[in-house]
This record gives sequence, C-alpha cells and structure tokens, in this order.
Amino acid sequence: MLAVQNLEVVYDDVVLALRGVSLEVPDGKIVALLGANGGGKSTLLRALSGLLDIHNGEIRKGVVTLDGASIGQLKASAFARRGIKHVLEGRRVFKELSAEENLRVGAHANRKNLAANLDRVYELFPVLKDRRDGQAGLLSGGEQQMLAIGRALMSDPRYLLLDEPSLGLAPKIVEQIRDIVVEINRQGTGILLVEQNATMALAIADHGYVVENGRVVMDRPAAELRNDADVREFYLGLGAEGDAAKSFRSVKHYRRRKRWAS
Amino acid sequence: MTEFLGAVSGGVGLGAVYTLLALGFVIIYKSMQVISFAQPAFMFAGALLVTYLTPQIGFFLGVVVAAIGIAAVGLVVERLAIRPMVGKPVFVIAIITIGIDVIVRTIGGAFVGRDPRQIGDPWGNQTFDLAGVTIYQRHVAAVVVTTLLVLALLAFFRWTPIGLAMRASALDQEAAMAQGVSVGSVFAISWALAGALATVAGVFAATNTGGSMDRNLWLVALAALPVIILGGLDSLGGAVLGGLIIGVLQQLVAVYHRDWFPFLDTNLREITPYLVMLVVLLVRPHGLFGTKEVERV
Repeated sequence: MLAVQNLEVVYDDVVLALRGVSLEVPDGKIVALLGANGGGKSTLLRALSGLLDIHNGEIRKGVVTLDGASIGQLKASAFARRGIKHVLEGRRVFKELSAEENLRVGAHANRKNLAANLDRVYELFPVLKDRRDGQAGLLSGGEQQMLAIGRALMSDPRYLLLDEPSLGLAPKIVEQIRDIVVEINRQGTGILLVEQNATMALAIADHGYVVENGRVVMDRPAAELRNDADVREFYLGLGAEGDAAKSFRSVKHYRRRKRWAS
Repeated sequence: MTEFLGAVSGGVGLGAVYTLLALGFVIIYKSMQVISFAQPAFMFAGALLVTYLTPQIGFFLGVVVAAIGIAAVGLVVERLAIRPMVGKPVFVIAIITIGIDVIVRTIGGAFVGRDPRQIGDPWGNQTFDLAGVTIYQRHVAAVVVTTLLVLALLAFFRWTPIGLAMRASALDQEAAMAQGVSVGSVFAISWALAGALATVAGVFAATNTGGSMDRNLWLVALAALPVIILGGLDSLGGAVLGGLIIGVLQQLVAVYHRDWFPFLDTNLREITPYLVMLVVLLVRPHGLFGTKEVERV
C-alpha cells in the first residue's frame, strides 16, 4: 500500500501547500482525488513520486510510505524503480522523439519486459502503433495523453498516479481514457486519479478524497461521495434535488460555503 | 585552384578539431543549459596526458587511455563542483566552469615545462598528392576520426537506453525524471563525453601545428565558441557543420590574406571566427540550427 500520513509540504520555504494530509492507495484499487485548483492535489502527487525537489518543494512533516517503509526522502528515479509512476499534468510527452522512443524512455526504470510491455501498450492504444515512428509532438491531444499513460506503463508500475488525464480533451476521448484507466486497473495496477472531471472520476473509483486548501476534507467510499449532497452540488454540477444542472440564474446569488463540515 | 583546394582540405582538418570541441559544449549545454567554459582546459589536459603516455604505450593507445582519463576527470569535476550548484542560476555555474578551467590549466601547465612537448603522432608533416592538391595526412586522420566519433555519438543517442534518456531529459527534465531517469547521471555522462571529445580535439589541435603542444594550446578551443554560436547552442548537427564552416573559412583567410587584405600587416586568420560570431549574433542569434527561444548565458 502506498500512503501518506500527516504530510506537510512547503514550497520555497514559504508557501504551505499541504497541511497535514493523510491518504491511502491500496493495491489494485482506483482512488479519486478531487478538489479545486490550487488545493494541493498536484503537490500530493509530487510528494508521492519524488518530484517535489525540482519544484523547490520540501516535506516538512509527515511521511510517505510504501508498504510501511518511509520513502519520502528518495529521489524520483528511486520512486520509479519501486513501481510508482507519475503521469504529469499536461501530458508532457517528449515532443521531438518518436512515439516509440517515448515508450522506450518509459521503460527506463525497468527494462526487463520491454518487448512484452511494448506489445501491451500497443494493444491498449492501437492508434499509437499506427503512429509509432511519427514525432510525438505531432500527435493529437488525446493521442498524446494515451502516449503519456502508455509511457508510464512501460515499466510495469504497481501504482499509477494520473494527474488530470482528461484535461482539455473532447468528451468522446474522455470516455476512452476512462475505459482505459479501468482496464489498466483490471490488469492489476493501483491508480490514484486526480481529476477536475469529478463525474468521470467518481464513476470508476473505489474510494474518493476531496482536498481543499491543502487539507483532506472528505475521505469516503466513492459510492457515498456520489450521493453526498455537497459533492453533487459543488463537483458534479447537479442541483440539490439531484436531477438537472441548476440554472445560472440561481447560481448568481449562490454563495459557496467557506469550509466543508468535516 | 590547387591552392584553394589545399586551403579547404586544411580547413576541414582544422574544422574537425572545432567540431569535436563544439560537440562537447553542445552535449553539456543540452543536458544542463550551461555553457561549460572548462572545455579548453580539458582539451589542454588531454593533449598533455597523451604526450606523457605516448612514450610508454604508443600513440594510439595513449589517446584512448587519455580520453578515458579525462572523461574520468570530467566525472569528478562534475560531481564535486557542478552537482552541488544544480538549481542555482546558470550564470553562477558558468562562472564556476571558468574557475575549473583556470585551475585545470594551471595544474596542467606545471607539467608542460619550458619547451613544447611532442605528442608523438605518426603523421608529422607528411603529405600526399591528390589530383595535384597537396594534402596533409594529419588532416585526413582528423577527419576520419571525427567522422567515426560523430557516427558513434549518433548511434549512442539513438539506440542506447542512456543516450535516449539523455535526449529525453534535454527535452523535458521533469517528465524524464518521472520515467525514472536519474538526472544526476545524465549530467555526469555529458561531462565525461565532453572530456573525452576534448581530449581527441586536443590531440588533433597539436598535430595540426606539426605535432607539438605548449601552454597556449587551449587558445584553439576558444574558437569553438563562435562555432556553437554559428551552429546553434543546442544542436549537435549545428556543431558539426559550424565546425567545418569556421575551420574552412579560417584556413581560406589564412591563405588568401595577402591578396584580400594587402593593407593589413597581421593575419586576420586569428580573429575570423569571432568576426563570424559577431555577424551571426547580429543576424541570426539562435544560429543555424539552434532553438529560437534558447536563453543565452
């Protein structure tokens, strides 16, 4: 199990991005992480993949554990070798390399099953096979997202941290990505899914967390979150009654509650 | 015409030296966005090491051993002086490389002595005739070796995992780290490669002057700066082409100086690369193949 306990992260010695967050990603489950922009979701993923360092971030308190052993002080490459792969927000494919070269770089942490993994990724994303020799920067947004996910899968990760995989993609493609996430999970990879698209995330997740201002304000099974009145209102865009999106006229005078009652 | 072709062949031989040096600059620049001003010192130290090794183990083996040795020096320097500075402004790191350059050259200078040291190459001043053009063997050797090294580098970056990781890291460091690429080892390998390339460049810089080196050999390496400005700071292909262009141009000026500029007493040869650099910076600051947005130190 991948977990953090009471994690406090500070950027540039000044900005407190996480204030005591605890979260668990069990093996083989999908965990959704919801929350508004600037809430600390990406920071949490960075802490879980060793990428705080290059953003001048630092763990002040708390621990990151893998199967109970503290791993928060390790370098990013060590996280990848231990089977934790982070798919960065905004896809971040290596634009001037070919699609297949991107995938080969993805196998850097674990080259044992390179050929088999290449076949597996091409099976999951047939479109990448067609464009394997093309420059990655020329792929469409959806294809780049698939390439980014495929790249992370190349080293047989135990956990996959997905940062907003549906960002900027057409609804059809979002559905495709959703199905692929489910399929990857079915093949045995634990997934931590950060999403703005809460409907999609909660539809497939086993468990959900809501973070706000660097704190976890809700920590419940996804089914409960889907039915929670506040979540429905703030994240799923449904009215309190649950059926339709509310009219903008009523939004106008609507004032958001400052804090979640937790 | 034969005079012209002779100048070109000499220029290509000189250009090979510049190419090898410029490749080192570009590899380091691509991996850490810093221009390493320590290249001249590595080149000097490499050639010096060869002068000591040649009497013991022969010239060719000496070059190989020296290249490996200077690569090791590059590794150590990177680990001790550069790695702790990662994350600091590139300007700071560039200044540190100047310090390294001075230190390495000073230490090396103590081993040179008063007289020029012989590099012990088998080519000397021997020439052969090709369609009436007199060509120096040493220039052919420089071109052949440089071509082989460039091809080897291309293969390295294309097919080896670590070469691929280095290219990925140059494109997007954070994404490469997320794939498990250790950025530290990418830095280390780029410094080692640059050191080895500089050694070979130093050997041919010495053979180009007839097979001996003195304390001022490192000055040749300064012309590699105009080369990378011309070729583009972050382009390996640009380093190769830029090296050839500058080398040939410099040799042409050396040969035709008296016809072109009869009113000048001193030969313009020495400042030709810098004049080219000035023009390039004015007309096309990112060079022939460089990325436009590249930030300059």
